[in-house]
Amino acid sequence: MIAIANFIYIYKTERIQGNMLSVKHLLGIREITAEDVALIFKTADNFKQVLQRPIKKVPSLRDTTVANVFFENSTRTRLSFELAEKRLGADVVNFSASSSSVSKGETLIDTVKNILAMKVDMVVMRHAASGAPWFLANHINASIINAGDGTNEHPTQALLDAYSMREKIGDLKGKHIAVIGDIMHSRVALSNIYCLTKLGAKVTVAGPPTLIPKHIQSMGVRVEYNLKKALEWCDVANVLRIQLERQHKPLFSTLREYALYYGVNRSMLDSLKKDIVIMHPGPINRGVELNSDVADSKQSIILDQVENGVAIRMAVVYLLSGKRDNIE
Amino acid sequence: MKTLLNNIQLQLTLQRLAHQLVENHNSFSNTAIIGIQPRGILLSDRIVKMVQNIIGNNCISYGKLDITFYRDDVHTTSDIQLPSETDISFNIEGKRVILIDDVLYTGRTIRSAMDALIDFGRPAGVELLVLVDRRFSRELPIHPDYTGYTVDTILTQKVKVYWQEKDGKDEVVLIDKK
Repeated sequence: MIAIANFIYIYKTERIQGNMLSVKHLLGIREITAEDVALIFKTADNFKQVLQRPIKKVPSLRDTTVANVFFENSTRTRLSFELAEKRLGADVVNFSASSSSVSKGETLIDTVKNILAMKVDMVVMRHAASGAPWFLANHINASIINAGDGTNEHPTQALLDAYSMREKIGDLKGKHIAVIGDIMHSRVALSNIYCLTKLGAKVTVAGPPTLIPKHIQSMGVRVEYNLKKALEWCDVANVLRIQLERQHKPLFSTLREYALYYGVNRSMLDSLKKDIVIMHPGPINRGVELNSDVADSKQSIILDQVENGVAIRMAVVYLLSGKRDNIE
Repeated sequence: MKTLLNNIQLQLTLQRLAHQLVENHNSFSNTAIIGIQPRGILLSDRIVKMVQNIIGNNCISYGKLDITFYRDDVHTTSDIQLPSETDISFNIEGKRVILIDDVLYTGRTIRSAMDALIDFGRPAGVELLVLVDRRFSRELPIHPDYTGYTVDTILTQKVKVYWQEKDGKDEVVLIDKK
């Protein structure tokens, strides 16, 4: 029995030492394994160290060109990816839909094929349509990193969230994580659920019933409609943004009402018996889902999340860039 | 498989290298020792201990350097290289740095190490100490300043250094890869 356990242990560590992600693209957390996440975290640790140095740049991808293709607005994610790529020594081209030929009616495949014709090795894409990166992966050869697709997934955000949590409270196995707010429209929520459950954490989603998809329990999460109860239960609360731009019909009466019932504020946190960690993927609607006296408090690790984002994205770009063999 | 250095020979060689370092660097007041990850640090750990014994002072600046991100074969090897820890807690600006690695072969690792090192500052000078020099196999103009053992090898051979701490024995062997 011990021999078998030993064997399994060796097999597992060797898989990690295999030094390869099991995927060619990072489309979603759903497709990757817990070993992949461990490998990304381990690599990110090293990049975090690099980012503390006076010269925050390494030359490992100096022969790689990355295109950041953003069909949807973004500040953090795009900047974070761009910095990550530049600090790996890669050449970077940026593309945003508003200032491109997309407005002249060019299709997604045509746009990306044209970019790849200019010898680009990797594409980081954000798109308003769920599934767009999967569609693209079937049609082009370069590695694709999903930087958010519609209401589906935002894998690097989930990775940096889990990485920041782990940094703050240690191994996530058995830890209680509450994801609070607009679960229905949030790609961060879905990727977070996949990632956290893969790492063995217990996840509760909380928010108004209209913003929580039906049957979400089938993903192995608990549902809580009372914010106070969710906060009492959890070690970490990941508070999500209310995505008004995706809500095509009214799902709650007013923002004020939402803030009253589901906004996290100081007095509520003070009434808990413990200090929980507060996270937010940004951009924050201050005074709606999160009050300033919480967002700027010691309990909040929002800026750590942003800092870790660069290290995590460096790790993802670095690990995917190795798989160049079958790319023209 | 052929043994190049057995336990006793290895000890003597390490002693000699440590003494050579002390000969050139006296009190190590402006000198730093940096081991190259992953296998070089096993050698540098030993050398640093010996030097400290000889000069009777254990505040030598000693760091570990990982060169993974500076390699020039990221896309040519099938497995992507996983990094180890870099730990340089002092300023190398103006210091004389001794780089330490176990085996010198093509010289490419040392080239990467020099690039990595210079990202931490501008050392006054850089020297290279290796335990085994595989002569006539260099692809870059790099030459060690301190050499433990010199060996002539062919492409299909591999030099492996075993350490008590990691492998359970102290030995240097020449292996024929088939």
